[in-house]
Amino acid sequence: MYKPFKYALLSTGFAILSGLTSLPAQAHNTWLLPSSTVLSSPQFVTFDAAVSEDFFYFTHRPLPIDALTITAPDGHNLVPANVGKGELRTVFDVKLEKNGTYTLDISRSGLRASWKVDGKPKRFMGNAEAFAKEVPVTAQDLEIGESVAHVVTFVTVGAPTAVKLTNHGLELVPVTHPNDLNVGEPAEFQFMVDGKPAADVKVEVVSGQSHYRNALGEAKYTSDKQGKVKITWPQPGMYFLNAVLKDNKVSAKQAKERSLSYSVTLEVQVQ
Amino acid sequence: MRNWVPRLIPSLVAGLFAHQGVAAELNVKVAIPQINTSEYHRPYVAIWVEKPDQSIAKNLAVWYSQKSGAEGPGTKWLKDLRQWWRKGGRDIQMPMDGLSGATRPVGDQSLSYNDSKSPLAPGEYRLVVETAREKGGRELVRIPFSLPVKKAETQKASGQVELGTVNLEIKP
Repeated sequence: MYKPFKYALLSTGFAILSGLTSLPAQAHNTWLLPSSTVLSSPQFVTFDAAVSEDFFYFTHRPLPIDALTITAPDGHNLVPANVGKGELRTVFDVKLEKNGTYTLDISRSGLRASWKVDGKPKRFMGNAEAFAKEVPVTAQDLEIGESVAHVVTFVTVGAPTAVKLTNHGLELVPVTHPNDLNVGEPAEFQFMVDGKPAADVKVEVVSGQSHYRNALGEAKYTSDKQGKVKITWPQPGMYFLNAVLKDNKVSAKQAKERSLSYSVTLEVQVQ
Repeated sequence: MRNWVPRLIPSLVAGLFAHQGVAAELNVKVAIPQINTSEYHRPYVAIWVEKPDQSIAKNLAVWYSQKSGAEGPGTKWLKDLRQWWRKGGRDIQMPMDGLSGATRPVGDQSLSYNDSKSPLAPGEYRLVVETAREKGGRELVRIPFSLPVKKAETQKASGQVELGTVNLEIKP
């Protein structure tokens, strides 16, 4: 009945990291959902953090927010208020008191490994320290991968301001600001890896309310040489954008490749 | 040389006016319709002049609740004037002298604007009236016009629900 926290965390981490390939129709996706994205006065905004198949439909598990960073427009970090962990979602509030753009980023990086002991499959997911303790480097069929994942959303009070990057893993730089999206106006975003423009990033965009459609209806894009993509919005509403890339810039010498993912919840306004 | 100078003069004159514009007077009348509902709140209204690219050429008026209530300051709902908000409302610190005013009651509301201090350049424009009402809807009406005008001109447009007739008179 009660799922131990460590297990929940591990399996949710797996959900984040397994989202690294692309958006298959039956995947579990991780997302943050803000109650508002455009504000004209300082106030509280509430957020849901969840893991589910459909957008934005609570059917699976809460998304832990232990790795959440909230960055205010002046660069200070804020602490979420009124945190509540339910069976299907984590809820928290943030008091937005300054004009400008707030960034919320659940960022995880770590190592994945799979191997066999006497023919039985074993799996590991965690940081480098735990990896050194738990994974036998001489194990049979050992496969090691590294990953960096961001789950992001933005909220703006007043006029939008620049978005600050962590310069770690795959991230989005606005050409069009993510809190200034309108139906009928294509948006341009630039993808960066470790702060540098990244070509060939695979991007998928899905509109919310996917539960009420027979197909996910994802739109697919690939970033150009400058890391840019131009996205069109068929209707107003909340959207989920997921971007993935693999490279070999590993920090752990045992890993062969690094899987990068960035997902963001965006609101598109009506004209 | 003798031919060249006279030909240059008209373009110099035009250039002068393109930069400075020609003063005009805009008289706007907006009908705020009677809406029968159990809980009526006066609408928020923004009135501005936009360029063909939809950027704001001049803000004329923003009528909103300047009081603070249980739910926060009246500025909390300025974003619901969605077009105005993203085209420039969000860049202005409200209240602003000569622009912001209290919400207006049902009936014909007028405003007069003389742009002689900083005239609009000759060209195509649109008057935009946007309204948003608590527990009600949002509506936006546009009236195209061009400057300068030689004689007084009047144009009209009508909203569906949240706005009645919008009347624009332009005088040279």
